[in-house]
Amino acid sequence: MSVPDQERRPRLAVGCRLNEKSQQQRVLLMPERALRLNGPSLEIIERCDGNHTVRQIVTELQKLYSKAEPEKVEEDILGYLARLHEQRALDFE
Amino acid sequence: MNSSTPNPLALVAEVTHRCPLHCVYCSNPLELTKRENELPAAAWVRVLREAAGLGVLQVDFTGGEPLARPDLIDLVRAGRSAGLYASLITSGLPLDEKRLDELVAAGLDHFQLSFQGAHEESAAEYSGTRTHAQKLRVAEWVKRRRVGLTLNFVIHRQNLAELEDMVALAEKIGPGRVEFAHVQYYGWAFENRARLLPTREQLNRSLEIIEKAEERLRGRIRVEYVVPDYYAKYPKACMGGWGRKVLLVKPDGDVLPCHAANVLPGMKFENVQKRSLREIWQESDAFQKYRGEEWMPELCRTCDRRAQDFGGCRCQAFLLAHDAGATDPVCSKSPQRSIVDSILADTNPASSSGHDFSRAEKGLAHGVSTPEAIVPDLSAAAPPSSAWLYRPNPK
Repeated sequence: MSVPDQERRPRLAVGCRLNEKSQQQRVLLMPERALRLNGPSLEIIERCDGNHTVRQIVTELQKLYSKAEPEKVEEDILGYLARLHEQRALDFE
Repeated sequence: MNSSTPNPLALVAEVTHRCPLHCVYCSNPLELTKRENELPAAAWVRVLREAAGLGVLQVDFTGGEPLARPDLIDLVRAGRSAGLYASLITSGLPLDEKRLDELVAAGLDHFQLSFQGAHEESAAEYSGTRTHAQKLRVAEWVKRRRVGLTLNFVIHRQNLAELEDMVALAEKIGPGRVEFAHVQYYGWAFENRARLLPTREQLNRSLEIIEKAEERLRGRIRVEYVVPDYYAKYPKACMGGWGRKVLLVKPDGDVLPCHAANVLPGMKFENVQKRSLREIWQESDAFQKYRGEEWMPELCRTCDRRAQDFGGCRCQAFLLAHDAGATDPVCSKSPQRSIVDSILADTNPASSSGHDFSRAEKGLAHGVSTPEAIVPDLSAAAPPSSAWLYRPNPK
């Protein structure tokens, strides 16, 4: 699994989207599956819009979760993005 | 009602049994619903809303061939506006670019296109129609639009020699996802099983090809694989467990826990025209019958794997062992495994005795999906090879 480049801009792949905000449990919908999203994973996915770079997502999440170790936050995000990319849920632009 | 009943996550909407194809492994029941008994669009709209209210996240519009319904666009729109992720499980006809645009505008999220082979000639034999060229056109149209694309290759004894060509075709088209799904032996495939079940050697070779493809395509195309579970050591978690995740509504509105459940004797299914989807899901006898663990034979109830495979498939237990409440005979622990072994022995006459589960087992991790049957232009039907039992069209 390769580590995503910090300057690339992740975007949800075609056929993948978040369910509606009004729905209680937020999930990432994709062909034949759905991923439940908790607080941090939702924060990450909402920024996979083709505008935020990987670096920006890391910085913003480090601020949001300021009690967590910044290095750990970065590591978790990079791993999460790489997994989603491998599952074809994300493209890096 | 049992308060621990989980919410369903997916609705399989069999909107018609009509289909332009006549696939020899169609998963539809042998007794097809007639057109005059199909639910009208207004009833489907209500079903879709009720499903979303029950917690369903995704709807698969399937059939038969869902495109055979002129009002499909209204159903897709209704699914999407109910908040569901809308997938179309299709053979790709009847379809032109204008209708595809309308489907995408209605909110279609995902288009799953079936292939019966890598080439026109073989695909024509297994589908009873010449539709391969149309599928290639449809794949290109879908690629040019903002909608997810899965290619679904249905594989079996007769077309496994083309597997590498299928991989090459998928690579050329470039969908987000490709499925190579061995036929599962229900419906028409059960009738044609002797000609569809691969040999062990074929199966092992196919796994090697798929593993290489998975490796090469990683990050570009997601590759999924469904094995023929007769070769597995443990049964599949059919539908993710009976009445746990999925419900299926037939063209006439009957609600089933899976595609094949109407083979089970004495099972009475309730209809969305008479009761709400919620009541049927939570309370109906058919959904309660094999839900949870109480129904299980001792062997399953005390097995470490019971929360993984839920005792396997009820329909397979009935079809092979004539007892829907038995451990799936595919399970190596089943006292009835010899039924499966003797079928495999007929398929592999020269091979050495004893089990060889090792490779097939790996593939099982992927899946529970039943291969979808799909499409034809009746006028262009290929001459049926007498050995096949082709799926006809309902009246």
